[in-house]
Amino acid sequence: MDEAIRNTIVAIIAEAGRLPVPANTLADEADLYQAGLTSFASVQLMLALEDRFEIEFPDRYLNRRSFSSIAAIGQVVGELLSQREAA
Amino acid sequence: MDAQVSFLDQLFDAGLLIDTGVPGLYGRSGAFEDVIDRFDALITSFGRQDGAEVVRFPPGMNRAHFERSGYLKSFPQLAGTVHCFCGDDAGHADLLQCLSEGKDWSARQEMSDVVLTPAACYPLYPMAAKRGALPANGRLFDLLSYCFRHEPSQDPARMQMFRMREYVRMGTRDEVLAFREAWLQRGRELIGVLELPFEVDVANDPFFGRAGRMMASSQRDQGLKFELLVPVNSAVKPTACLSFNYHQDHFGQTWGLTTASGETAHTACVGFGMERVALALFRHHGVDVEAWPRSLRRVLWG
Repeated sequence: MDEAIRNTIVAIIAEAGRLPVPANTLADEADLYQAGLTSFASVQLMLALEDRFEIEFPDRYLNRRSFSSIAAIGQVVGELLSQREAA
Repeated sequence: MDAQVSFLDQLFDAGLLIDTGVPGLYGRSGAFEDVIDRFDALITSFGRQDGAEVVRFPPGMNRAHFERSGYLKSFPQLAGTVHCFCGDDAGHADLLQCLSEGKDWSARQEMSDVVLTPAACYPLYPMAAKRGALPANGRLFDLLSYCFRHEPSQDPARMQMFRMREYVRMGTRDEVLAFREAWLQRGRELIGVLELPFEVDVANDPFFGRAGRMMASSQRDQGLKFELLVPVNSAVKPTACLSFNYHQDHFGQTWGLTTASGETAHTACVGFGMERVALALFRHHGVDVEAWPRSLRRVLWG
């Protein structure tokens, strides 16, 4: 994952994720729900990611899995960014 | 069976439901209410051994409690708020003028402190939290209320104002999950003795918008909601007549409700759609209760 994208994702998780632990201590594969991400916070996270990266998650990504870890978010965001650039 | 208007017309023709001119808002006949009462008593007989505390609220709730509940985050499209005229004599004259001219007369209406109850258990959580920490073994409540949801439909099983009976369990995760598991089994027996076809399936609430897609997907993935479905208006899309919900610690967090040991309480509920079950009975056994199978009549009327 691009380091700049990763850092932005971690910063957004810190702001919108309302986790009881600091977002910058999480491993890329760490389960965010295990770390305390609630359903409501995951929605806030989704909206914040869309806002910051100027992307829109298509319906197929509007599920729990897409936001389950920094790595999972990075993969979806990376794909949507590359689609945007190709368009 | 999929011609929606026809089942509704059949119910009107039989006099069981009374048309008010608004889809989803119906009067009920004595025969219809008798079936509701008998089903209500049957639920009580299935739940009696648990010794639930009976609480009845009117079909309106404190707006401040409604706002704090988070309902508007998830279901803004379904909520109904009560607005009332709060003007003076001049405002009254304006109102009457608008009314006589067929114009919008709502300008002087202001939001009151009352919101129509969207689900029977919403007024319960603040009441329970106000009592302080739960006792050892938690609490169990028995509720029944008319509820409102703004979803006009020609499907008689999708009313805007309808009754919901609920048992609500508050306690530890294990306690509330055991409660839900027990009712998943009892619910099957209950609908079985009513001689209705059914299936139980994982489900999601009708969360609003794109955020709602996330919530719905999350709810299904975690198996938080199950429904007992009976074909009522459609064989293709059966109707949820009972639902079995595990809220995790959502309401515990929202209301600061804690267990005896000081942890955030978990909650679960089983909900019974009173009109929906009555409609299922009329659909499958006919609109004349006298002609229902004797075995079923014995279950309901003894």
